Amino acid sequence: MSSILPLSRRIPRIARRSTLPLSQRWSTSISQRPGSDRVRFPGAVNSKFTTEMSFINPQDMPSIPTYRVLDSDGVLVDKDRKPLGVSNEEILVWYKNMLTVSIMDIIMFEAQRQGRLSFYIVSAGEEGISIGSAAALTPDDVVFAQYRETGVFQQRGFTLKNFMSQLFANKNDNGYGRNMPVHYGCDYPRTHTISSTLATQIPHASGAAYALKLQSLQNPDTPRRIVACYFGEGAASEGDFHAGLNIASTRSCPVVFLCRNNGYAISTPTLEQYRGDGIASRGIGYGIDTIRVDGNDIFAVYEAMAAARALALSDGGKPVLIEAMSYRVSHHSTSDDSFAYRARVEVEDWKRRDNPIIRLRKYLENQGLWNEDLERSAREGIRAEILREFGAAEREKKPEIRMAFEGVYDEVTDEARGQMGELKRILETYPEEYDLRAFERGIEGL
Amino acid sequence: MASPRLFRPAARLLSSRLSARPAFPQAACTPSLLRFRRYATANGTKDVTVRDALNEALAEELESNQKTFILGEEVAQYNGAYKVTRGLLDRFGPKRVIDTPITEAGFCGLAVGAALAGLHPICEFMTFNFAMQAIDQIINSAAKTHYMSGGIQPCNITFRGPNGFAAGVAAQHSQDYSAWYGSIPGLKVVAPWSAEDAKGLLKAAIRDPNPVCVLENELLYGQAFPMSEAAQKDDFVLPIGKAKIERPGKDLTIVSLSRCVGQSLTAAAELKQKYGVDAEVINLRSVKPLDVETIIQSLKKTGRLMCVESGFPMFGVSSEILALSMEYGFDYLTAPAVRVTGAEVPTPYALGLENMSFPQESTIVGQAAKLLRL
Repeated sequence: MSSILPLSRRIPRIARRSTLPLSQRWSTSISQRPGSDRVRFPGAVNSKFTTEMSFINPQDMPSIPTYRVLDSDGVLVDKDRKPLGVSNEEILVWYKNMLTVSIMDIIMFEAQRQGRLSFYIVSAGEEGISIGSAAALTPDDVVFAQYRETGVFQQRGFTLKNFMSQLFANKNDNGYGRNMPVHYGCDYPRTHTISSTLATQIPHASGAAYALKLQSLQNPDTPRRIVACYFGEGAASEGDFHAGLNIASTRSCPVVFLCRNNGYAISTPTLEQYRGDGIASRGIGYGIDTIRVDGNDIFAVYEAMAAARALALSDGGKPVLIEAMSYRVSHHSTSDDSFAYRARVEVEDWKRRDNPIIRLRKYLENQGLWNEDLERSAREGIRAEILREFGAAEREKKPEIRMAFEGVYDEVTDEARGQMGELKRILETYPEEYDLRAFERGIEGL
Repeated sequence: MASPRLFRPAARLLSSRLSARPAFPQAACTPSLLRFRRYATANGTKDVTVRDALNEALAEELESNQKTFILGEEVAQYNGAYKVTRGLLDRFGPKRVIDTPITEAGFCGLAVGAALAGLHPICEFMTFNFAMQAIDQIINSAAKTHYMSGGIQPCNITFRGPNGFAAGVAAQHSQDYSAWYGSIPGLKVVAPWSAEDAKGLLKAAIRDPNPVCVLENELLYGQAFPMSEAAQKDDFVLPIGKAKIERPGKDLTIVSLSRCVGQSLTAAAELKQKYGVDAEVINLRSVKPLDVETIIQSLKKTGRLMCVESGFPMFGVSSEILALSMEYGFDYLTAPAVRVTGAEVPTPYALGLENMSFPQESTIVGQAAKLLRL
C-alpha cells in the first residue's frame, strides 16, 4: 500500500497541471451568489430558476435536422450555395470507389455462399458514408472502424490485393491469417485493425485522440491530426459508446465520431434499439458538437466530415459527433437473412428510390461527366480486376510457418521458441511426411 | 460488445449447406453409433438435436413457471441467432420473450435486477464471448448478492448461450469460459454435450435458485442424439453436480466436457480398435460444482487420467481436475495425468491454424497412446 499511495497522489497533480493551473482552478470555484436568478451549482452552472414545474418531453422538441447537399435526383438543393471545392476528377474517383466496394460486395457475398471464405460483411447502401467521410481525412489521420467500412479502406488506398489477401488469409495478409474475414487493418494510413467486439473502438478512439493531442502539445510542428471513429447505431447502445463519448468530451480529445445509422442492428430495427432522437441527440447530452447528415448524399457527408475535422482541431481539440442516416440495403452479414425480419419490398424500394451510388451517378450525368457507356465499361473493368485479384489471392501461398507461433507476445516466448525448434527438427527429419510447398519459403519460413 | 454479434456465426453454419469448404464439418465429432439417424424405436428413444432439446426445455419451463422469461439479442422476432428460441415468441408473447438493444451490460443487468426482485429470468448471450461486456453483472452482482445481502436477495437467474470453439470465427468468438465462471463462488456452471444433457441441465439451471451459467456449444446445436423416453417427458431434470460415465472402461479415464466429450468418445473407440485399450469417458456435465467423486472412483479403477477440453491450457478446467487427482487420487495414479487443451494462442482464423489450436480426435488418441506407453 505504501508504494501505491504516493503514486496515486502524484497522478492527479500531473493531470491538474495539464488542464488548469492550480490558482486558476481556485478562482473558478463555484458558489451561489445571493439574489441571482440562476443556479450556480457545480453540476449546472448557468441554469435559470423557474417556478413552473414541467418535465421536458423529448417528443415535444423538434427532431434534429438532416444536412443534405444533393436531393435524391442528384440535383443541388441550394442552387446559390458556394461550390463544393472538390475537383470533378476527385468526385469521379469517389464514384469509382463506391462502385468498387459495391461490386466487391456482390462477388464476395457469392464467394462466401460457395464456401470459399467463412464470412463477409457487405456495405450496400452505406458506401457514401464511408467513402465521403474518408475523403475528408488526411492520410495522417487515424481511423478506428467497426466492420462495415470497406469504403474507408478503399478511399484510403487499401488495394484490391490487400482486401483479397486478408479475405483469403494468404502470405500477403498483414494479419497473417489470424483474423476473421473483413477484419482489415493498415499501418499507414493508420487504420486500426477491426475488432469483432462491438463498440470497444469508441473509447479506444478517444484514447488515441488524447495521444494525438499530447503529441501536438509536445511537438507543435507535427501536422495536426484527428481520430475518426466509425460505428453503427446498434453499437451506440453499448456502454462503451457512452463511456467513450463522455471521456472524449471531458478530456477534449480531437476525435470525430461517425455513427452510421442504417436502421437495423442485425435484425433489431432502430425503433427497438432506442427511443430518443437518434444518436445525434446523445452527443448534445455529452456537450459535444453534433450534426446529422443524409448518409446517401456523399457531398453532405464529405462536407460534414471536413468541417468536423476542422472543429475537432479548434480550441486545442474537441470531439464532434456526426450521425449519418442511411438504410442498410444489405443483409447484416453473410450469417444473416434479413428477409426474416423485414419485407423484401421495403429493401427493393430503398435500393431503387434512394441510394448513394445512384444519387451521385445522377449528379454526374446531370453535369455531363458520366453516361451509360462509361458506367458499363467502368463496371466491367472493376469487376474484371476484382476477379483477377480474387483468383490470385486464392492461389497465393500461406504465410510463413513461424507466423503460427509469433505475435502472441511482442517477443516469442522461450516456450514457443522451443516448440518452433522441435517442429523444425521434426520437419527436417521427416521431409517426405510433410508437404510444405503451400507455405511461403517452406521450411525456411520457420 | 457486441457484435457482429454481430457475427452470428451459427447462422452461417446453417447456410453452409452450400459450402464446399470442408472447413465447417458440423458433426465432426459425432460418435459413429450416431451417424445414422433413427426417429423412433421400439424402446421409445428418439433422435433429437441439441437445438431442439434446448428449445423444448425453454418451452416447458416458460409454460410451467410464470416467473420465467427469456431475453437477449434477437431471441424473439428472429427466433434466436442460433434458432434456439424458435417459436417461443409466438407461443408466449412479447412480455416473456424479449428482444433487447445491443447492450449486454443493459439486458444482463436488467435480468439480474429482475432476479433480485424475485423473477426467474433466462438471459441469452449471442455467445458467451459477448458476455464479457456484462461480466460485472454476472460475477459481482448475480453471483455475490445472495451472500452479501445475508440471503434476503436470491438470484434465480440462468445465463445461457454458446461457448467455446466454433468454426472460422477467430479469436474474439471462440473462447471457452468454463474456467472463468467455474472459479466464482456463488455461480453454478454446467456444460451440456448431448441432447439429454442439454434439456436436463437447462431445466435444472432454470429451476435452481442460484445463478447458473449454461455453457452450450455452437457446433453441437445441429447435432442429433438419441433421447430416452424419460428424457422426452416434461418432468425430466438432471442433477447439477453429477457427471455421467458415457463409456465405461478399465485402462484409462478420460474426463471431458461439452463438445470434447464427443471427440473423446470417438478417440476411445479408435483406441479400442487400434490398441485394444478400454478408455472410460466421463462427461462432466457440471463444471461447478464438480463431481470429484466420480472422477476419483474412475481413476482408482483405471490408474490413469487424461482431461480433454477446449479452453486455454493454463489455469483451466483440466488444471483443476489434475490438481484434484493429485490431492485425492495420487496413490492410485500409475502414470502422470495428462491434459489435452486448446493451444496457448488467441484462436486464429485460417483453417489450418484453427484446427491446430483446438483438440482434435487424433490429438486425443496420440496423447492417450503416449500416456499408456502404447
